[in-house]
Amino acid sequence: MKHLDEYRDEKIANALVAKLKSKATKPWVLMEVCGGQTHTLVRYGIDGLLPAGMEMIHGPGCPVCVTPLETIDKALTLAEMPNVILATYGDMMRVPGSTTDLLHVKAKGGNVRMVYSPLDALKIARENPSREIVFFGVGFETTAPPNAAAVWQAGRQGITNFSLLASHVLVPPALRALLSDSGNRVQGLIAPGHVCSIVGLDDYHSIAHEFHLPIVVGGFEPVDLLEAIVLLVDQLESGRAEVENQYSRSVRVEGNPLAQTMLTDVLEVCDRKWRGLGEIPKSGLKVRAKYAAWDAEAKFGLADKFVEEPKECISAMILQGRKKPPECSAFGVRCTPERPLGAPMVSSEGACAAYYQYRRYESAAELAGGAR
Amino acid sequence: MCLAIPGKVLDKSLLNGLLRGRVEFGGIVREACFDFLPEAEPGDYVLVHVGFAITMVDEEDALSTLAYLRELGTLEEEVGVEEATP
Amino acid sequence: MSVLSCPLPIPTDEFVVLGHGSGGRLSARMMEETFLPAFRNTALERGDDQGVFEAPAGRIAMSTDSYVVKPLFFPGGNIGELAVYGTVNDLAVGGATPKYLSAGFILEEGLSLDTLRQIVDSMSHAARRCGVEIITGDTKVVEKGSGDQIYINTAGVGFIPSGINYSAANVRPGDKIILSGSLGDHGITILAQREGMELGGDLHSDSAPLHLLCAAAMAAAPTLHAMRDLTRGGLSSALNEIAQKSGNGMEIDQRAIPVSEVVRGACELFGLDPLYVANEGKMIAFVPAAEAAASVAAMRNIETGSEARIIGEVTEKHPRMVTMRTSLGTERIVDMLAQDQLPRIC
Repeated sequence: MKHLDEYRDEKIANALVAKLKSKATKPWVLMEVCGGQTHTLVRYGIDGLLPAGMEMIHGPGCPVCVTPLETIDKALTLAEMPNVILATYGDMMRVPGSTTDLLHVKAKGGNVRMVYSPLDALKIARENPSREIVFFGVGFETTAPPNAAAVWQAGRQGITNFSLLASHVLVPPALRALLSDSGNRVQGLIAPGHVCSIVGLDDYHSIAHEFHLPIVVGGFEPVDLLEAIVLLVDQLESGRAEVENQYSRSVRVEGNPLAQTMLTDVLEVCDRKWRGLGEIPKSGLKVRAKYAAWDAEAKFGLADKFVEEPKECISAMILQGRKKPPECSAFGVRCTPERPLGAPMVSSEGACAAYYQYRRYESAAELAGGAR
Repeated sequence: MCLAIPGKVLDKSLLNGLLRGRVEFGGIVREACFDFLPEAEPGDYVLVHVGFAITMVDEEDALSTLAYLRELGTLEEEVGVEEATP
Repeated sequence: MSVLSCPLPIPTDEFVVLGHGSGGRLSARMMEETFLPAFRNTALERGDDQGVFEAPAGRIAMSTDSYVVKPLFFPGGNIGELAVYGTVNDLAVGGATPKYLSAGFILEEGLSLDTLRQIVDSMSHAARRCGVEIITGDTKVVEKGSGDQIYINTAGVGFIPSGINYSAANVRPGDKIILSGSLGDHGITILAQREGMELGGDLHSDSAPLHLLCAAAMAAAPTLHAMRDLTRGGLSSALNEIAQKSGNGMEIDQRAIPVSEVVRGACELFGLDPLYVANEGKMIAFVPAAEAAASVAAMRNIETGSEARIIGEVTEKHPRMVTMRTSLGTERIVDMLAQDQLPRIC
């Protein structure tokens, strides 16, 4: 497949790894933000190819993983309402709330539909005028403009039986919180490629400057990530702290202005609780008052309640990159994809799910991806 | 959920005031909304995320990056450096 | 013919009604008009409660499977064909020559009789293609809303030639793993149908009988150890099952695994892994190295095996675990999938 296969080329990957080994003189600690990037790293065993001592910390870039329990419970409440059809992406169906999950609600007769786009949900609303369709929209800045567009289109087409339950989070505030923490070890950052293709690079220039942190905007294929790592190590070895764009074939400095306009028209910044990280001011997006008729929170008057996390789940530590999944006492034993205790085990972009699928037998020395 | 895959634009048209088009991903064709990327034309490669084309894939940029990377790969081989894979 | 011979004023020649399952006149009519004409054979026509057949001395293999695929009809097949080929294949990979099938139907009230006839006709063609007869069966009808149009169960028997004893237990380190063709065609076809996706490049389900392919593999490799057909859970499930049961490890090479462009595109788009996507006309064979090439050559002469190739081998390293050399040159585990990637696939 064009623009995909080339970035999985073995020869190029080996060359980048060799370059890395020749450049790196210290055990640098790097972080990749996006869950999709984490998945690629683990799936291809890339972190095992790095020079001894170098470490990849997996950042909180899995929007499903950081959606608070309270929000999932709101979605579950809506799904259980007789007149409501709740539409969402496949990933969210298995994430456990405090007592159940959407898949179980569906099994018991609740109307839950899996969709691939918010426009699919809008279509369901058009075809079912007597029902209330709620689209449970979870995501970062990449997913926000499409969700905003769905609300905007609903307004324009006079579709009143559609609303958005928004659980949007912004990457920069979470990064700032992580980087400001006293326990932070991250020395270089791979910025999320698709987020940047929407919002551009401005925020990341500020972060690089504020924290004297080298940042490289990276893609999602093995070669992209390896190249991003080489560029980061290059910066670190020469004491630079700039923003470089490895994913330049798809990311422009200014991002996508039309998408940004749609986002700011429909959504506005708000404080947001991140599962595992706590409340981070101005780190989320909510539907603006002028679109209240399409805001599920306003429409259904859902109250906020405080919910406690399962005690054994250390997703907070995982999302902060402080621990790796195999270090959790429940990993693979009491927490599995069939019976997850927390979101990082359920979402396909969650670190725990990735480790479970590809690294469950980490202790088997023959299978380790290489020198550590 | 940042899954976005590069696909080739097959066609594009205005339907009920919205820009939509068909995009081909290695043999599978899907509809996408082009409201965020009106400049995309048939033959262009775009990234599609949850049914929306969000950015173009710059062919020239991609080609020059790949050329550089491929040369790196060939040089590696020629010099006969030990493969870095474990 | 729509002359009603019973007092109920329902168009019983158009739709399935509860009476069709109650063993009375309507049931008999359905048997006469739908099943018998399609499944024509002596045993069935005798009209007894059981189908009786002659069995040679030796071992008999028996298998059963139920089919709940949605949608009922898809490019490359339908639920009826799957029901016949699926059971035929389960027998064939055990080295048996499939001979007789039973067919149990659970029909939902309101199912169009025309649809039923199409499915049954498909089963008839499929059975003839495999040289099997459907010699006994059953029909039940459930109320509207209690079943999804039609569920089919088939059970089958086949005769195993003497000296043949295939089993996961025979598999040994050094055995080559042969895959008969490309992965994921069935699963992606079903997904595309459900999602109303346009498919380029003639993609259709690979639903097919494998009895000739298995026979070819067996004939070319007398020391063949085991075979398995791939269905739900894909290649990964079949490999892992054999790895578990034989206690051996396995290593496969991603570069050797054929996947069509369309299936690849769909998998990338939906975040699916072709190793886990369902197939309905593919099998794997475990053959000692000395005879592997001959087996592949023989399989390639059969239509359903034209893309057969060696994709890996059994190893004494990492017992019970399947690993794969990725296209990047790194090694990773191919684990059993926790849940079905796509529901109601077969």
